[in-house]
Amino acid sequence: MEFFDRFAVPHPSPLIYASMVAIALTLIAVVIGITYFKKWGYLWREWLTTVDHKRIGMMYIISALLMLFRGGVDGIMMRLQTAVPENSFLDAQHYNEVFTTHGIVMIIFMAMAFIIGMMNIVVPLQIGARDVAFPRLNAISFWLYFAGAMLFNVSFVIGGSPDAGWTNYFPLAGTDFSQSVGVNYYMWALQISGLGTLMTGINFIVTILKMRAPGMTLMKMPMFTWSALITNVIIVFAFPVLTIALLMGTLDRQFGTHFFASTNGGMDMLWANLFWVWGHPEVYILILPAFGIYSEVIATFSQRNLYGYKSMVGSMVLISFMSFLVWVHHFFTMGHGPLVNGIFSITTMAIAVPTGIKIFNWLLTMWKGKIRFTVPMLYSIGFIPLFTIGGVTGVMLAIASADYQYHNTMFLVAHFHNVIIPGVVFAMLAGLTYWWPKVFGFMLNERIGKWGFWFLSIGFCLAFFPMYITGLDGQARRMYTYSEETGFGPLNLLSFFGAGLMAIAFILIVFNIYYSFRNSPRNVGQDPWNARSLEWATHNPVPEYNFAVTPVVNSSEAFWDSKKNGHNLFPDKFEKIHMPNNSGVPVIMAGFFFIFGFSFVFSIWIGVILAALGIFGCMAYRTFENDHGRYISVEEIKETEKKYGGAK
Amino acid sequence: MKLDKSQPLEYGTHQNQMNILGFWIFLGAEIMLFGTLFASFFTLENGVGSGPTGADVFEITPVVLETIILLTSSFTIGLATHAMRINNKKATLVFLGITLLLGLSFLSVEIYEFIHYYHVGLTLQTSAFSAILLTTLGTHGAHVTFGLFWGLFIFLQIKKRGFTPETTNKSFIFSLYWHFLDVVWIFIFSFIYLKGLM
Repeated sequence: MEFFDRFAVPHPSPLIYASMVAIALTLIAVVIGITYFKKWGYLWREWLTTVDHKRIGMMYIISALLMLFRGGVDGIMMRLQTAVPENSFLDAQHYNEVFTTHGIVMIIFMAMAFIIGMMNIVVPLQIGARDVAFPRLNAISFWLYFAGAMLFNVSFVIGGSPDAGWTNYFPLAGTDFSQSVGVNYYMWALQISGLGTLMTGINFIVTILKMRAPGMTLMKMPMFTWSALITNVIIVFAFPVLTIALLMGTLDRQFGTHFFASTNGGMDMLWANLFWVWGHPEVYILILPAFGIYSEVIATFSQRNLYGYKSMVGSMVLISFMSFLVWVHHFFTMGHGPLVNGIFSITTMAIAVPTGIKIFNWLLTMWKGKIRFTVPMLYSIGFIPLFTIGGVTGVMLAIASADYQYHNTMFLVAHFHNVIIPGVVFAMLAGLTYWWPKVFGFMLNERIGKWGFWFLSIGFCLAFFPMYITGLDGQARRMYTYSEETGFGPLNLLSFFGAGLMAIAFILIVFNIYYSFRNSPRNVGQDPWNARSLEWATHNPVPEYNFAVTPVVNSSEAFWDSKKNGHNLFPDKFEKIHMPNNSGVPVIMAGFFFIFGFSFVFSIWIGVILAALGIFGCMAYRTFENDHGRYISVEEIKETEKKYGGAK
Repeated sequence: MKLDKSQPLEYGTHQNQMNILGFWIFLGAEIMLFGTLFASFFTLENGVGSGPTGADVFEITPVVLETIILLTSSFTIGLATHAMRINNKKATLVFLGITLLLGLSFLSVEIYEFIHYYHVGLTLQTSAFSAILLTTLGTHGAHVTFGLFWGLFIFLQIKKRGFTPETTNKSFIFSLYWHFLDVVWIFIFSFIYLKGLM
């Protein structure tokens, strides 16, 4: 029995036991359901082994929605706990665990997955490619992300959640102050999914540089593809820093080294620096693809070409470069001199300039446009004022001397939610609605979608704007409760109601998927939004091979040109199409990674060794494998095209 | 797959070109990885606590030996690529084999070095300096170890399948990897050992 003691949750509560039961029941139900409907074979052939970028994208987005649920529940629990003074819904330890997992789940496992899912679905279509450069690697990326996400999520029922904040500062995250295995989970879940993200970065850079349709020069790429390219460059240069920081953190916690300790020459600030050298570029990894989506949506629904294409590209390149030069602004108060603080204060403010350029470009795109107020457009229009408020409070925080007042208060919490929710989350919902017919062949209901938008926007304002005030009044972040004399009560209660409205919004959005699946007409045609870029030049839903004939492009809005100016997108004849084969190796390998991570968390070395052998075995299998893919013949293509209603 | 005869075989197909570009980008990520290790090393190198400093424990002989071995192996992997380009299978295999043997000897000396550190009282847990020193060397050494297996598998594939677009592509990419490890070693040699000994 002693062996199993380590898996016990160190600080249990009825809520955690209830979750254990719920997880067990859900798992059993899923297994029974799949067995009963005899879907194991289908699941394995069509999904678990797929290397198709569209399916991988869908799996990313489904996982992201699941994680949004998990992170959202964490968020609601925090708002509930602080809704009234001296509340005892959660104790301090649980509150620590909840804000830690909320941060990681939302950023790494929700937002990142959503963004990478969008890139997977859209980028190859926008550049006229058949798949990504390395389809097999793409599957490995997804399954590593999934393994990491699952590893992180089992923590709260097996062994205990991480509780040192998503920033995981040492020495708090060291074994002296975080004795449970929670922070070990943090290290390995991030390490494994981070590895997958790095692979995605490499994959998409090569895809975008090497697989564009004939005629599509770099400056003729759709803006979302541009944002994906720049984002992936940031990924490739930022994630290795996290890899090393996590490795050092693991060594400190599990092998007794002194990297971040305060004895034997260690330096705890090294963690903070390394974390934010990755963490700040990470912020731009989240927001740049969002900017890309807004650029697509605003141009489409204003029925004008994007204003200032070159300045859009230039500002993104500038942002990506500067994103590596601002990290110290996360800890102005932690003992640097005025010179260092001054430099990073200025670089931080300067990064607002390219961002401002983009805001004006979107406004000028809408100027004199024929605006259609669809759901994606509503999110984009809502984004502009709300994100600008977030940006302005960001510049306030960038003033190093004034930051001593706001640092670690709710003001900061309000600021970063103010940029992430109207920035990233609105963009993901806009993109989801916009590209939904591309993937599924039917539209999401506009009416329910608009209700969702209004609930989310108003809920957001109610939930987070009060925090600016309580923050300036001195309410510290990450405090599980406060006394009544502070006077924070009413505004926190308002926040809680706002969070409730946001929860209703997400329920509406999910209900909308169900409702539209049942009721939406299936014949939306090829171009339901009267769109502009290349991904709309093929059928909805997209056939396996994306484009029957490789398109030839002459502008960044190739599809619009073909509609309005008679540009012939498909001058060539059908040819047989080369496609990659499915493979079970990625999902098996990710299974080994999961076992590896789990065993490492609990220092079960035999499991670590066996899983490592499994991982290397998968790699060895891959290198000796002789797999040349397969061909889709011209007859098959003709048949498929006929089914879609006529060859192109 | 269309084969472009005007290019060397390893660049011959579109997929091959993408593989090589992808690997270059991966090496960019590796530069960041080792760059982070070096930055951390410079930050922590004076954090010796009560443990020994670099000057106390570094021995010049094994380090010079390692450097010579690894630099030579970088040369022989270059010869292997050259032999591959002139379509000489036997020479390719010989040079690739020599490269791997040199890699193995490098690793043996490095293990000897680590044992020496252990005997003079410098382990992973001694101080922040010892931790970052051994982590940096260990990360490089783990890369070499991984490379040995990878190279061995490519050796077997060339032996069995000869020069195909796949095998030439793989061995070319492996040569990029091996050269990269050599470049990293030059930085380790200069900025960790020589600087530490001065």
